[in-house]
Amino acid sequence: MKGQFTNVMISLGRTVAALGIVGLFLFSEQTLTIAADGPVAAPSTSSIEQALTQVTSEDESVREAAIRVLIEQGDVSLVPQLDEIRANADRSIRQPIKQLIDLFKNRAKLTSPNSDVRRSAATDLGTSGKPSAVPWLDAAAANEPNKWVRYTMEESAALLKLASDDPSIKAAAADKLGDLRSQNGVPVLKQLAEAGGGAEATESQKTVAKAAGAAIERIETWGVWSNAFETIFRGISLSSILLVMSLGLAIVFGLMGVINMAHGELMMVGAYATFVTQQIFKAFLPPSLFDSYFLTAMPVAFLAAASFGLLLEATVIRFLYGRPLETMLATWGVSLVMMQAARVYFGDLTAVIAPGWLSGGAQVMVGVYLPFNRIFIIGMSIVCILGVYFVLFRSSLGLRVRAVMQNRNMSACLGIPTRKVDAYTFAFGSGLAGVAGWALTLVGNVDPGLGQNYIVDAFMVVVTGGVGKLAGTIVASLGIGGLNKLIEPSFGAVYGKVFILVMVILFLQWRPSGLFAMKGRNAD
Amino acid sequence: MEKNKPNEASPVKADNVAASEAGPSRRELLVQGSKVAAGIGVAALLGNLGNWALSYAAGKEPIKIGILHSLSGTMAISEVSLRDTVMMAVEEINAKGGVMGRMIEPVVVDPASNWDLFAEKAKQLLLQDKVAVVFGCWTSVSRKSVLPVFEKNNGLLFYPVQYEGEECSRNVFYTGAAPNQQAVPAVDYLMSKEGGGFKKFYLLGTDYVYPRTTNKILRAMLLAKKVPLANIEEEYTPFHHQDYQTIVGKLKKFAAGGGAAVISTINGDSNVPFYKEFANQGLRAEDAPIMAFSVAEDELRGMDTSALVGHLAAWNYYQSVDTPQNKKFVADFKAYCKKNNLPDGDKRVTDDPIEAAYFGVYIWKQAVEKAGSIEVDKVRKAVYGSKFLAPGGEIMMDAANHHTYRPVLIGEILKDGMFKVVSRSKGLVKPEPWSEFTNPEKGCDWVAHQGTYQK
Repeated sequence: MKGQFTNVMISLGRTVAALGIVGLFLFSEQTLTIAADGPVAAPSTSSIEQALTQVTSEDESVREAAIRVLIEQGDVSLVPQLDEIRANADRSIRQPIKQLIDLFKNRAKLTSPNSDVRRSAATDLGTSGKPSAVPWLDAAAANEPNKWVRYTMEESAALLKLASDDPSIKAAAADKLGDLRSQNGVPVLKQLAEAGGGAEATESQKTVAKAAGAAIERIETWGVWSNAFETIFRGISLSSILLVMSLGLAIVFGLMGVINMAHGELMMVGAYATFVTQQIFKAFLPPSLFDSYFLTAMPVAFLAAASFGLLLEATVIRFLYGRPLETMLATWGVSLVMMQAARVYFGDLTAVIAPGWLSGGAQVMVGVYLPFNRIFIIGMSIVCILGVYFVLFRSSLGLRVRAVMQNRNMSACLGIPTRKVDAYTFAFGSGLAGVAGWALTLVGNVDPGLGQNYIVDAFMVVVTGGVGKLAGTIVASLGIGGLNKLIEPSFGAVYGKVFILVMVILFLQWRPSGLFAMKGRNAD
Repeated sequence: MEKNKPNEASPVKADNVAASEAGPSRRELLVQGSKVAAGIGVAALLGNLGNWALSYAAGKEPIKIGILHSLSGTMAISEVSLRDTVMMAVEEINAKGGVMGRMIEPVVVDPASNWDLFAEKAKQLLLQDKVAVVFGCWTSVSRKSVLPVFEKNNGLLFYPVQYEGEECSRNVFYTGAAPNQQAVPAVDYLMSKEGGGFKKFYLLGTDYVYPRTTNKILRAMLLAKKVPLANIEEEYTPFHHQDYQTIVGKLKKFAAGGGAAVISTINGDSNVPFYKEFANQGLRAEDAPIMAFSVAEDELRGMDTSALVGHLAAWNYYQSVDTPQNKKFVADFKAYCKKNNLPDGDKRVTDDPIEAAYFGVYIWKQAVEKAGSIEVDKVRKAVYGSKFLAPGGEIMMDAANHHTYRPVLIGEILKDGMFKVVSRSKGLVKPEPWSEFTNPEKGCDWVAHQGTYQK
């Protein structure tokens, strides 16, 4: 039995070791490029050596011939030697040698295991202006599994072909760019179209111009649609951010009638809680677990902000219920104290690094690139709405909260501890503010002034939506966010904001109680 | 009657007797008291004279200087480092015996990022504390706010931050960069082959005086260099703007096909959302490099730099500048922060405004010693043309226009928040507060003219 077990362990160990070695090969860029260059026929070393010496010659034509030879027959293994030559060469030669080095490096990167690296290399080759890169790009595109990397490779190949001398190749490249709906091709295509429109244009120029013109039309039509799609996404993203910020305030202001000017600072508490969690993870846990700090930080942010909210309620707000102006003033003072305390305690070394799975974005269509962090925040806002709905409308705690809000005296008579319920509600609203701060670390920076950036927008959303109705907050945030993003491309950020504020003022003049006003008698 | 007289007399006598028996009379008390007070007064006077005589013998009374930087409010994060730098310079100078044998006594005030308070505090420093010189201000708003105070009271201000030019005050020495020492060379670099040969420029800034004026100059420069109007785009965002989605979308379209660069004069906390959005929407530094004028090592400290690697900035000094005096300066600054328990201790960094604040103190010290006096008019004359070996290399004060000759360094942001110098000017660049592109007819000269003059 023991012998069998040991045998199994030994063979298992061997397999693991074998897999490890194979994996090492597969994931080692160096070895991969060597493998990729293997099947290519080994070029005669003497012509390469000759070219290397000639590349620094005084005569430009000799230099160019040498460079051509190197491009045809060389590969990335020449880079160290080229680096040396470049370091010792003078200025006029350094630039072409650098271009050569970049060419070799990008060619090698075309076969890298990392799709971002491949895509980056393809883009750089497309703008390098070196037609010799075309066969490499075509070859790489044929074997490329990733849709968008293949797209970039085909686009770059087409861009390079546009500079060729043969008009049929040019026209074919223009057609291809039209197929791909490539925005990158537009400047050159426009030039070609203009050249063909001139009086002295040749026949070939005219055919190329026609192809270019057709391609431009297809690209621009698609551009209009993708732009519209992106604008809608941006509007939803901004709305989700506004919603996440305003939910806590809607509960505190809407349900309890407390004007909490320290709401922004409670968001700041959530953001700093995220920062502290990140630091703890960095200091005490292995780097592989670092990315999970972000999700762990959410309950931390909620609890931190909720406890601050409880403290605030017990010390300041409790004494000022029913006196909105005094609460406003008192909480404004608290907000100033919290801001300066954060400044003194944290200083400004507070960078929050987004976890790996939330940086970057996904390309959904041509011309539509959706950042992951914004998709996450949209998802987060939906989760928050559902959470608030369930707590307020489906739980016994929520029932008590609504009872106290609607008729405090009657609820007290029925045995509901109104003081405690007030405290819980305020803490819940503050906790939501903390969650907003946590989500906002993805989009902005963590600094003491974070709350001040958002407080005005949050109040605007709550008031426009109608104080007391959560549905109003949702609709108002969608409306304000969407309108803002619709206006911004034409008016610019400054006037866009002005326009939104004017609209809100006019709207409130027409409907002072907001979108979804509370019907019936007010039970204060 | 007879009965009364002795009765009348006796109470008085009795009173007198009673008084002298009970203790000193009021009159006596008063007389004694005034004698004692006079005695104390004379002693104090003598003591003061003696003190003054002693200090005169020992090394004279201290010279007061003012430090006018925000220590609270939105600008605190940037300006606190400048206060620390000036204090460090003062400590160094005092350790070496002070200025003309007199110790420097810094008077630190906190205008709390409130521009009106800047003017009030400046008045307090000049009129109440009677300081010999003030080192202060950061934003152009604060400087414009204190300018009338300094000009009316003939004070002296050393202003260490890069700004938009178009100013030429007799009472201010500008140790930071003028536009021709930062913005213009940066765009020159981008247009050059070495810099990448960019042909399209997106001028993006925060909406206030510095970006608006700088972009006015840059636009005039680009048009003068025959860049077509369609290749120049200008856009402004309000302070604290957080949502850069639309702008980055526009940038993508602008940069399609390559050859575009972004010139960013975005200030403050809007920088982080901008760089983050830029990176998250799939743009790389190669697609459209961002050349920033307000992002230095101190700002990078509080940012996640992975979104910024590969982007550029233009300054006259970086912490990574390789000179022996800079290595010493950086080490001294870190040690100073650690010793005085300042936030972040020895993780503090130095940057261009910090170096400018530092050598500003030394330029003033040199001028006082050359003039032999702390009087503003004499010191001013002594500053013209003076030279100093600053941490980043030797700098020189202009002989007439109150600005500083400095080198121009283009830097690329590295992952650790430091800069790699990718291009440097040949020697020091002469400062021109009135740009040759927007105001070629104006000049600034306080020696041959009365400040701003028509050429």
